[in-house]
Amino acid sequence: MPVVKAVTCPVCGSLCDDIELTIENGRIVKVKNGCAMCEAKFLGYCCEHRVLKPMIRKDGELVKTSLKEAIRRAAEILAEANYPVLYGWSNTSCEATSVGIELAEEVGGVIDNTSVVCHGPSILSIQDVGIPSCTLGQIRHRADLIVYWGSNPWSAHPRHIERYTSFSEGRFEKSAWRGYVTKIKALVGRKKIQSAIKRLVLKKPSQISTHLEPTFVSPIMRKGRKLIVIDVRRTKTAEMADFFVQVEPNKDYELLQAFRALIRDQELAVDKVAGVPVEYLEDVADAMVSCDFGALFFGLGLTMSGAKLRNIDAALSLVRDLNMRTKFIIMPMRGHFNVTGANTVSTWQTGYPYAVDFSLGYPRYNPGETSVVDVLLRKESDAALIVASDPVSNFPHKAAEHLAENPLIVIDPHMNVTAQMADVLIPSAFVGIEAAGTAYRMDHVPIPLKKVVNPPRGILPDEEILRRILAEIRKIKKKQEAA
Amino acid sequence: MELLIRNGFVYDPVNGVNGEKMDIAIKNGKIVEKVNERRAKKIDASGMVVMPGGVDIHSHIAGGKVNSGRLLRPEDHFKDFERKTVTTRSGVGYSIPSTFTTGYRYARMGWTTVMDPAMPPLEAKHTHEELSDTPIIDKASYPLLGDWWFVLEYLKNGQIEECARHVAWMITATKGYAIKLVNPGGLEAWGFGRNVNSIDDPVPNFGITPREIIRGLCKVNKLLNLPHTIHVHTNNLGKPGNYVTALETMECVEDLADGDKPVIHITHCQFCAFKGDDWRTFESGAEEIANYVNAHSHVTMDMGQVIFTDTTTMTADGPFQYILYTLSGNKWVNHDVETETSAGIVPFHYRRKSFVHATQWSIALELALLIKDPWKILMTTDHPNGGPFIAYPRIIAWLMSRKAREATLKKINPKARSRSLLPSIDRELSFYEIAIVTRAGQAKALGLKNKGHLGVGADADIAIYGFNPEEMEPSKKYKAVRRAFKRAAYTIKGGQVVVKDGEVLKHMDGATMWLDVQLCEPCEIELNEDMKRRFKEYWTVGYENYPVTEDYLAVSHPITVKADV
Ligand code: SF4
Ligand SMILES: [Zn+2]
Ligand SMILES: [Zn+2]
Repeated sequence: MPVVKAVTCPVCGSLCDDIELTIENGRIVKVKNGCAMCEAKFLGYCCEHRVLKPMIRKDGELVKTSLKEAIRRAAEILAEANYPVLYGWSNTSCEATSVGIELAEEVGGVIDNTSVVCHGPSILSIQDVGIPSCTLGQIRHRADLIVYWGSNPWSAHPRHIERYTSFSEGRFEKSAWRGYVTKIKALVGRKKIQSAIKRLVLKKPSQISTHLEPTFVSPIMRKGRKLIVIDVRRTKTAEMADFFVQVEPNKDYELLQAFRALIRDQELAVDKVAGVPVEYLEDVADAMVSCDFGALFFGLGLTMSGAKLRNIDAALSLVRDLNMRTKFIIMPMRGHFNVTGANTVSTWQTGYPYAVDFSLGYPRYNPGETSVVDVLLRKESDAALIVASDPVSNFPHKAAEHLAENPLIVIDPHMNVTAQMADVLIPSAFVGIEAAGTAYRMDHVPIPLKKVVNPPRGILPDEEILRRILAEIRKIKKKQEAA
Repeated sequence: MELLIRNGFVYDPVNGVNGEKMDIAIKNGKIVEKVNERRAKKIDASGMVVMPGGVDIHSHIAGGKVNSGRLLRPEDHFKDFERKTVTTRSGVGYSIPSTFTTGYRYARMGWTTVMDPAMPPLEAKHTHEELSDTPIIDKASYPLLGDWWFVLEYLKNGQIEECARHVAWMITATKGYAIKLVNPGGLEAWGFGRNVNSIDDPVPNFGITPREIIRGLCKVNKLLNLPHTIHVHTNNLGKPGNYVTALETMECVEDLADGDKPVIHITHCQFCAFKGDDWRTFESGAEEIANYVNAHSHVTMDMGQVIFTDTTTMTADGPFQYILYTLSGNKWVNHDVETETSAGIVPFHYRRKSFVHATQWSIALELALLIKDPWKILMTTDHPNGGPFIAYPRIIAWLMSRKAREATLKKINPKARSRSLLPSIDRELSFYEIAIVTRAGQAKALGLKNKGHLGVGADADIAIYGFNPEEMEPSKKYKAVRRAFKRAAYTIKGGQVVVKDGEVLKHMDGATMWLDVQLCEPCEIELNEDMKRRFKEYWTVGYENYPVTEDYLAVSHPITVKADV
């Protein structure tokens, strides 16, 4: 049975490129090295809700049609539109996004990617403050302090910790895995005792104890690689941490500002910030300034809560300021496997990472105005093309409503909620499984995606479908000009 | 396709042609002896200057760092955009233009070959994706190798040939063109927030000095017979007093010189020609550098001219960019790359009235005018570090006209003016010399045999400028010079007319040149096994996924190099 090595996993922004797949009769039967999400994708992609035929809405019903007809109809819709939106792009290849941009330019539409609903605020903050960062290997080799803030890699980026941070083996820093195993053993022991006590006295352990739980001999002062988790709840990742700071919901900004003051050696006049005793924060701040190389990863818990934009401004400023004392970097935990690539291609071709409006014939960028959600909320779009994304299920209700009212073209391998509302539905190949391409890891390292099996008969990659639509639009326009 | 350019004043320094009225014949993208006069398409260049297409040895136009700069600075683009036309894609400027716009803007000025000088090997695919999206011009990129762990380790152990074999692998794997060193040793130190302070300051954790790295890679460069020399951004860049470091860097490879052949290129020399102990006592070290270069033949350099404008600085020199951030307080991006290099970005506004900035402006021109041999000092802005490349016509005017220099001198910081050497310099470059510093010399330093000249067999990359040297004196009519170079009357790329009267007529792909370095012994298998082992330890990307495959290049133009190892 053929085994394909060094396959890149097209699931999350960690883009692990060491997956080994066993192929039997043109199907993936075994996945090695991947996490559960990775296995689920490679083993299950082909079956669930797969669309196998292009469809067009006729009399309110989606009915099967030929690819040619679907492409023609899609081209007509876009060519006729005054202000179409082209959205998605984070789960496809850079090559597809590139054609998408050309298409948006051709029809004078708005092209936007999913960052608008995830790390959009992070990008706006970066444009304000800048960002000290690095590639993930730099962290593996050098970081002796890792902070995850509002991010739970254990479930969202399962191999992030093992490949790039605490449990990875670097030149100057060793894996903290052993220490973790010892700790877990002790924890399990303690949990057994606790649950025994619970059963006896039928009483919950008190709330504060989650902060104050005496774990080990002052873990924050320990030598070697340390892991700090800051979150509103005790996640799986938090369980692994040497130090967990439970921040009150929507109080991240206060906490960040407290850290900024502390690392400048300022005293805080209060006892608690965001529900956390100041002594604890002082310890964490100490650990931050005294490490050799610190890394702060932040997730949507920080980007999408409370002060949002100001959160990221504060986090970026904190890390920037920390560089006066030591080496420190910061990185957003990007979710979709190629959301970074969508931003990257958009930036090199148009100057802007997302929310690019071509309606005046050149790229314009003004998130809040040219971002797709805002265009939809203003009910300005008159057609939509959605690629590898399901906005109807995750946009604000009003925006989704207007989207569904637009003539809607969906290119997706799946029958998702958005696809069900499509006027034209063109099934596509899974990028990274049935189609090759390039994706950018969360640290901006480009990694090739492989084609390991053939797509079902007649099914094309996004890139090719988009090219055909573009060619068809140009034909239509030529005809119109001639007429 | 045949083309005949008639009656222009031709400047082709490689072939000793100095403003003679002659015809240039083109067939199938190359310059030929003659074409069928009746069949050929004719371009009337009478009363115009004809030169080889411009070549840029050092301009940051593509890759991760450039793109982070674009992302960082929407305000840079808002006022400067280009609309889509029937033939061209839309885009934005200003200091960090989008890729399509970059290609068009170079072509409009008559430039046809541009080298991106700083490619982090791990992110080489990104550089190439952008280069492939940069239309019209031919291009290439230099992988950053001065802080690569393999290099540091092999050189530390004195394994120069092993080092050479791995560098060869890397250049080919990244589809690169030359060996680039940026603040050698300093970038590794920056991994932990430190730096090196002289060419003899040991690199933390690696027990090697910048001097050893520079000399080592200079030897490697020779062993591999690469067409260009090592391309060096010196240590201590941007610090007062650093002209000493520049001199030491050139001196340290003096004994490696091969007769008259250069062995080192010092890039954006303005940034390492600073005298003085601090910013108050800051002054020009151009004279000292020029004296050295005038007495030695193993060096070429480029200017790194400063333009008074708002721009975006970006180099692989992480620690330098950090200092620039602390000095300016502007927003700051840092991006270190595992096992290899770093990068930093800081927006920067050069102001006429700033003593330091005005002195920097003067230094670059002093270098260009005091170094007697134009083949040794090439024109650049280190785009966008000293300013965007669209300022080239202005620099040409300053070089050709004392009057142009005086006009600017009048407007700069008085202290900088009174200390500037420019008023004491009468030299005014001729079109012949301009053709050297903007194309012939650049191509020669790069070892590009088919570029930078108009001899038979050369690539038909040609610029025609609307300036009549018989009727006008460039030193007096410097504004006309500026206008002529801003919008070429014609740009011909690979025998095709791509620009007419400053308008782009065609969107076409340019080629990406890269070196296919062939080792003399078939040791590649072994090399690969060794590489595979270490890939796991050094990088977070697998061996199989690391190299840039040829399909990342829109038009791939490999150049075979036979190595001596
Ligand atoms: S961590 Fe992410 S990229 Fe890596 S295997 Fe799991 S899902 Fe795939
Ligand atoms: Zn440089
Ligand atoms: Zn440079």
